[in-house]
Amino acid sequence: MKKKSPLLKIVGSIVLLGIGVFLGKSFFGQKNVETVPIPSTMKYRNIGLTNDTTQVASNQEFTGKIIEVKKGSSIQNAVKEANPGDLIRVYPGTYSENVYIDKDNISLQGVVINGEWPTLDGKKKINDAFLYSGNGILIENFKIINYKGNGVMGQAGNNFIIRNNWIIDTGVYGIFPQYGKNGLIEHNVLSKIADAAIYVGMCDNVDVLHNEVFDNVAGKEIENSRHCLVENNYAHNNTGGLLAFVTPGLPIKTTFDVILRNNFVVNNNHENFGAPGSTVAGIPAGTGILIMAADDVVVENNIITGNNNTGITIVDLATGAPKANDPNSEGNPDRVVILDNIMFNNGNAPTGEIKAIMLTQMDTKGPDIFAYGGGSGSTIRDKNRYRTFGLDNYGPSQITDTKDLRTFLMPNPVPPRSVSKEELGELTYYGVCAGCHAFGNRLIGPPTEIIQAIHKDNPQGIVDYITAPKNLRKDYPEMPPQDYLSDEAKMAVAVYILAMKD
Amino acid sequence: MKKGRVILKVIMSLTILGVLALVFFSWQKSTAYYPVPLLSSTCPPGFKLNANNECIARNLYNQYDITNKAGVGGLKSALPEVRDGFSPQEIDLGRYLFFDPALSADQTISCATCHDPNKGLGDGLPVSKGVDGHNLKRGAPSLYNVGYLKRLFWDGRASTLEEQMLEPLFSKEEMGNTPENLLKTINAIENYQKLFAEAFPKRQRDELIDLNEITRAIAAFQSSLLSFNSKYDQYAHGYDKALNKHEIEGLNVFRSFVARCAECHTPPLFTNQQFAVIGTPEPDGLPLDPGAEIPFKDNSLRGAFKVPSLRNIAKTAPYMHSGRFKTLRETVQFYTDGRGHAVPEGENLLIHWHIWEPNLTDYELDRLVDFLKTLTDESFRPIVPDILPSGLLTSKSST
Repeated sequence: MKKKSPLLKIVGSIVLLGIGVFLGKSFFGQKNVETVPIPSTMKYRNIGLTNDTTQVASNQEFTGKIIEVKKGSSIQNAVKEANPGDLIRVYPGTYSENVYIDKDNISLQGVVINGEWPTLDGKKKINDAFLYSGNGILIENFKIINYKGNGVMGQAGNNFIIRNNWIIDTGVYGIFPQYGKNGLIEHNVLSKIADAAIYVGMCDNVDVLHNEVFDNVAGKEIENSRHCLVENNYAHNNTGGLLAFVTPGLPIKTTFDVILRNNFVVNNNHENFGAPGSTVAGIPAGTGILIMAADDVVVENNIITGNNNTGITIVDLATGAPKANDPNSEGNPDRVVILDNIMFNNGNAPTGEIKAIMLTQMDTKGPDIFAYGGGSGSTIRDKNRYRTFGLDNYGPSQITDTKDLRTFLMPNPVPPRSVSKEELGELTYYGVCAGCHAFGNRLIGPPTEIIQAIHKDNPQGIVDYITAPKNLRKDYPEMPPQDYLSDEAKMAVAVYILAMKD
Repeated sequence: MKKGRVILKVIMSLTILGVLALVFFSWQKSTAYYPVPLLSSTCPPGFKLNANNECIARNLYNQYDITNKAGVGGLKSALPEVRDGFSPQEIDLGRYLFFDPALSADQTISCATCHDPNKGLGDGLPVSKGVDGHNLKRGAPSLYNVGYLKRLFWDGRASTLEEQMLEPLFSKEEMGNTPENLLKTINAIENYQKLFAEAFPKRQRDELIDLNEITRAIAAFQSSLLSFNSKYDQYAHGYDKALNKHEIEGLNVFRSFVARCAECHTPPLFTNQQFAVIGTPEPDGLPLDPGAEIPFKDNSLRGAFKVPSLRNIAKTAPYMHSGRFKTLRETVQFYTDGRGHAVPEGENLLIHWHIWEPNLTDYELDRLVDFLKTLTDESFRPIVPDILPSGLLTSKSST
């Protein structure tokens, strides 16, 4: 037998190993991206509760088309192409753009492969990653970094879902829905935001669940919003962990009906790096939970520890934001309810006013719960448990828990903006056509009754004419095309005109 | 003979007709009556007449659910509540009064002098001019969509149009009139007697016109001044092509939380109707205007002004309460030049938190201006009367 040389053995085994790895990779290693699951629109997965369900909340099926965006192309182009009901899938790669969505029912889903995220990188030059105004917007699985303004900002879109996003240093806010109703913000991880990582502003019916926020000025801020549930979040090393606020000077004046439940609010001692003049710039480092002027806030079953100023601060506007003045903002926090919470190790290094006030009590530590200023009707379940200041007028609470309140999301989505065809016709006629046409007399264009006579029983004739008018009358100015109206509105107004009586 | 008779008859009858006509017309000339058309019985554009003879505002923004009373939101958001329900006759009478210089002491100034339909319902001046060309303190705001506003004047000191108009009417610096003199003037004009009787059918025949009727009619007309058909509105209602690439870039700068324009100039009215201290400079030589501090007796409102709507903003230069900025470009530049940069020394204003240092680039500022120009719409511009009940000339007929 001829002895094989050791070198050959080594080379052979390397080759074999290589083949093995190759085969293994080709058979088992390749991620089949064709099987990316469709977003479920699942709206509830709080494992902790008994009657949990993974039922599809809005029964929304993705019946639209799926548009894929791969590295090197633009998400915005996909949005332009998309119609309501469509799903846009974004594959790993870096996308430096501002994506705006002024359409309803568009879903954007990042596809994470091998730990590679589709990443929106603002390079500290672009203002916002996502701006939306449409209803029914879903944004999930994106990594968003280095924007100047916001990661995700909504203006007046209802029924939104923003989840599973990883957001780092996107400027002022991470996730900021404004003027929205019925929204879910969950399973996002946000850090290094110079104001609030998650800021629910002037909204109603929003659930903020299972998010991790750290190294921000404010972790989560519920501001001038009603019916909000903040549950199962982990807020750590922010300047302030969880905030429920009224900010004066905004057009919507109230915050009430807020539940802060089952959250970890731990070690929120980050130095305040908020922009000068911003409301959060005044938050002392070491603030666990801050309730300012908000009413009917329930604080329940949270773990609130290691916050160096106070565990919970409850103040009126005069105390919390003494500079601002808005006679229409009621500045007292009323009917705050503190239920059972685990609180210890708070107030180890109080600062500013709280330090001064506590020194008058011969105490160098800040309290677990600190209340100062106006407000009435507030209660606490077990005052003896905590080190408190200013809770003398807090009576025993009337409730023991809020377990029956599982969500503030609405049982059904806010209905789409829609009016009957007849009403759309009427609104279009008076809102647009009436500028030039009156029924029985000439304004700028011919009287509507003449138009009726010409197009009797032929609404399509009117639709065709207003889409591309031909100047038929020498004594009248040429009509500008009304092609900006939707086909639906054009037909509706044509039918409306033909049915007018006076 | 027969032919001659016929001719004679024709001549005779023509002569009689001619004499009659002469008598008729000379009688017309002999009184102070100027022929004014009857008041309109149809609503102005943007309004639908209901069975109670009331004009109800109807436009494409009525498609959207009212999610908040303030009427603020995004592209497809409902407007706030409007002053409507006036009769077509009240509105039309208000139009005559609005354009009639008979309302001022020296019969030279009408409401339209400072709220001119040819100047975006403003006057194009840094600050307006009152009687004798006297310079006033602040600029005239555009009246488009004024029926939606809950506070009037730059410092918000009036809360209804009726209350507001008393000041310019009876201020010595502005129209210089007195209630007594105004009522005397209007009651002496036969046309107005008739028109008021038509607009207010419940009044007694010989009842004198009173001030409430005058202010109600003018408020009715002012509330009818609408502008909701701009290119921006077309985009908002869903027509993507209404705005070009630059304009959309501008919209995105406008609503981003970097520039934060939309936080106060919130669609669809482009104002959230709040007060804000932004610290703009006054024109050279003028002291700081304390703004809302005075009427509300509140130091924290020193230098605060009501957030103005931006609709038709391109038509209403110069900008800010005393017209310091001549162009939109200069105006948007102000917001990126630093928080409080123009506050006079020694003043400690509580600058609004949205005024910060967004570090907008020149490119972004140019796009913002592009976008602001898409807010122009004068398709419902009011019609200036050819003839006024007082017989005086409107600024339209005099120019």
